[in-house]
Amino acid sequence: MSIVSFDILSVITFLPVLGILLIIGIGKEKHNVIKGITLLTALVNFLISLILYRDFNLTTHRFQFTTNVPWIRGYGINYHVGIDGISLFLILLTTFLTVISVIACWKDIKEKVKGFMICLLFLETGMIGVFVSLDLFLFYIFWEVMLIPMYLLIGVWGAPARRIYAAVKFFIYTMFGSLLMLVAILVIYFYNYSVTGVYTFDIEQLYQLSIPYGTQIWLFLAFALAFAIKVPMFPFHTWLPDAHTEAPTVGSVLLAAVLLKMGTYGFLRFNLPLFPEATLKFVPLISILALIGIIYGAMVCIVQKDLKRLIAFSSVSHLGFVVLGIFALNIQGLEGGILQMLNHGFSTGALFLIVGMIYERRHTRMIEEFGGLSKVMPVYATLFMIVTLSSIGLPGLNGFVGEFLILLGTFKSNMVYAVIAALGVILAAVYMLWMFQRVMFGEVTKEENRKLKDLSLREIIVLLPLIFFIFQIGVYPKPFLSRMDASVKHLIAQVELKAGRKSAEGARMVYIIDPDQVKQGE
Amino acid sequence: MMMTIVPPIVNLKSILPELVVVITALVVLLFDLALAKDKKTPLAVLSLLGLALSLIFSIFMWRGDVSAYAFNQLIVIDRFTLFFNSLFIVATFITLLISINYLREEGINYGEYYALVLLATVGMMIMAKANDLIIVFLGLETLSISIYVLVGFLRTNVKSNESSLKYFLLGAFSSAFLLYGIALVYGATGTTKLPDIARYIESTPHLLSNPLLLTAVGFLIVGFGFKVALVPFHMWTPDVYEGAPTSITAFMSVGVKAAAFSAFLRVFLSSFSQLRADWMMILWALAVLTMTLGNVVAIIQENIKRMLAYSSIAHAGYILVAMTAGGNLATTSIIYYLMAYTLMNLGAFAVVILYGKKGEENILISDYAGAGFKYPFLSVAMAIFMFSLAGIPPLAGFIGKFYIFSAAVKQGFIWLTIIAVLNSLVAVYYYLRVTVVMYMREPVKEVGHLSFPISMIIALLITTFFTLHMGILPSSYLQLARESIAILM
Repeated sequence: MSIVSFDILSVITFLPVLGILLIIGIGKEKHNVIKGITLLTALVNFLISLILYRDFNLTTHRFQFTTNVPWIRGYGINYHVGIDGISLFLILLTTFLTVISVIACWKDIKEKVKGFMICLLFLETGMIGVFVSLDLFLFYIFWEVMLIPMYLLIGVWGAPARRIYAAVKFFIYTMFGSLLMLVAILVIYFYNYSVTGVYTFDIEQLYQLSIPYGTQIWLFLAFALAFAIKVPMFPFHTWLPDAHTEAPTVGSVLLAAVLLKMGTYGFLRFNLPLFPEATLKFVPLISILALIGIIYGAMVCIVQKDLKRLIAFSSVSHLGFVVLGIFALNIQGLEGGILQMLNHGFSTGALFLIVGMIYERRHTRMIEEFGGLSKVMPVYATLFMIVTLSSIGLPGLNGFVGEFLILLGTFKSNMVYAVIAALGVILAAVYMLWMFQRVMFGEVTKEENRKLKDLSLREIIVLLPLIFFIFQIGVYPKPFLSRMDASVKHLIAQVELKAGRKSAEGARMVYIIDPDQVKQGE
Repeated sequence: MMMTIVPPIVNLKSILPELVVVITALVVLLFDLALAKDKKTPLAVLSLLGLALSLIFSIFMWRGDVSAYAFNQLIVIDRFTLFFNSLFIVATFITLLISINYLREEGINYGEYYALVLLATVGMMIMAKANDLIIVFLGLETLSISIYVLVGFLRTNVKSNESSLKYFLLGAFSSAFLLYGIALVYGATGTTKLPDIARYIESTPHLLSNPLLLTAVGFLIVGFGFKVALVPFHMWTPDVYEGAPTSITAFMSVGVKAAAFSAFLRVFLSSFSQLRADWMMILWALAVLTMTLGNVVAIIQENIKRMLAYSSIAHAGYILVAMTAGGNLATTSIIYYLMAYTLMNLGAFAVVILYGKKGEENILISDYAGAGFKYPFLSVAMAIFMFSLAGIPPLAGFIGKFYIFSAAVKQGFIWLTIIAVLNSLVAVYYYLRVTVVMYMREPVKEVGHLSFPISMIIALLITTFFTLHMGILPSSYLQLARESIAILM
């Protein structure tokens, strides 16, 4: 950590902006130069973000690589950034998938390339900003800013028929949740002032606050609504199938892989530690909504005719698992949830890419239009199979580890929930394998499908890194889990201590932790 | 005794910024005679210079330790007035920049235009400086009469004539309300001087339930409500905004509104602060009505001028939320909001003028289809103004809304805040529509070649820069806002 003398998080956050400034200076006809600069920016950013992985201190739960400078004076608004074991991998996922996205869209995007690349880089800044912010105001800024590029990606480069509807729906839905969250943020801010006499949006300081139970309930609901829309949890999921289906391929990839995680991340970062009593109170409600999401999402998947819509609804189901794991409020559930956030990023990201590749060739995504593709495109079929199995949760692949941990954690906290959730795993196998069978196996029924070219080298390069991680997490998840440990334990301790449920373990842990915080405060 | 000590020359110094603008207006009128028809651009330059000089004087007065009365306490010079003076000057400055080419294209490049805009500015400045209800009225009328003429400046255009007459009739009606209110205040308190009213009310507690005074307050709300276009006194706004020359629409939506608010704020926050409990509930209801009607009706507008007209009604509603909340933070947020709103709204109107071309050829929102990639810089600027007006970070409009909402939450007006945020959600929809059309729809008609005159580019650069800068680094502007209201607290 000491090797890094520059403010690495700010560099990672704002490097894409530098890329944008370079691109603006280039004529809009020079497509390859623009793409090249975008790729270079994304790649350099990814490489820099690897420093975070290398220098991450896994023995502490405290925020690392922090920077804290005053931004708006007199109102307690600071530019405060830092990461812990929860946000580390989400940032890596973002920088990694941005690189993949740029390569993936190299050929797809033929019109308005300049604008597209600017949006992509702008989106990267917004996404990373959300994960590094430790100041509620700053967080809110990034949370909203990120809407604009995604809205443009869907609305300008999306599928012609319903892209505008999808883009506006996406924007308005998210705004609705976040505006109510803004009111809640202000209530916390002034409550904190009335208790401590300090104006601050700093979440490390707000964590110390104990908010009265009645207020907590409302604040929890306001935050939860914003995050539930983003996740999306049933019944706030209706924007998702539209946005996913209409977005261009890389839009869907980033939407599924990163943007949805902002919701679950929000629960972890804000709802649990800020409103612990309300969290305990709402465990049944949130868990049941998550369960409905799991089962309902899976059932809707079974009847989908459109590949992209199917994957979109599968996200509702998968994210239901993540939320369920988080609200198990134990170490297995939380770590499983965080790991599953990554897994979903890799698997669903890869699935969207795979669907995008076949769409490029056939300009349709209807399942009935395909059949027997495995004979025509063997490489494609192999990679698709691996990703499908990963999405189902086959042991040895990443999905299994995450889902297993989540089910384990849920089982410990509530057996019934775990049993119902396990049903979702079975349904996942049903819809994914059935879909795979209809697309890949059997006779080639359509003439157009006979001449399809197998994957190009570029497309294989796009998928291979994702498949590498699918195996890596499946076989050896320790490097990931070990980095989450300290933060997750601390989070559980925070919830339990503040909620007044001082279990022997929790109390001991907090006792060890507290003197640290005092030192840090000095 | 005071009268003998203070020589008149000091008094003139206290209205130096106004004097400069008045003299500029008179010089413009004189100079106008020497210029050939349709070659009036030097007058614009002259007016801009006069405004710049007036701004410099205002800044100098700000620098000094100011808080003084002049003209037998009829006017007051403090940072509040100087702030508003500067805001009006900046608003007029940008208005003139966006007018130059517009007037030439529309064939109304007359010298009187510049003189009337300057005189309207003087009216605004007097309103902000008033320490006496009579002076408020004087400023308001100076302002209004100039605007009545300016609204009808497109002489051959029926809509322009209609809106001028409409504004004049309704304006006269509302002035009567205001004047009646002033008379009743005098009847109840025996004075029209703002500080004396406050003192009188404070020392005479039974006045708090005096029907005479309460009626007066109601009339004053109606009078001011008309000028800032609060619902239900907003009926004139869409028609007048649509019919007036676009540059004047821009000027009215920011300048007139800010001027009316400057007097509204001073009268209600200093003189009638004791009656807060009475007028607060009225303002609460007006705020909700104004925001909701403005935003909801803006959704269905096809004409971008009408859309901005309704949205300007909604913006007055947000400001009213802060007035309802009251307190230091609220007043600071109003000042900041007016600054932000002035710049972003003028920016939006600059684009409307530039894109509209001669005779308002492209005035429908649907005419913007395809502009996004054809005129990238113009469209990015428009997108910035739209997102800022919608209150999306990190732009000026967001910080403005954020502070208004925080002020309301701070004072415990949670429900009002929730109504306000839901309203900004509605606003997002129609502002977003402009970007949807610009970037996502295919062009439906040939827009033709746009010309980018230098004055317009300067105006766009100024407004874009400040919309971004006020949003990303708002500290110094908030400091400015805090200093300018220190006197009211």
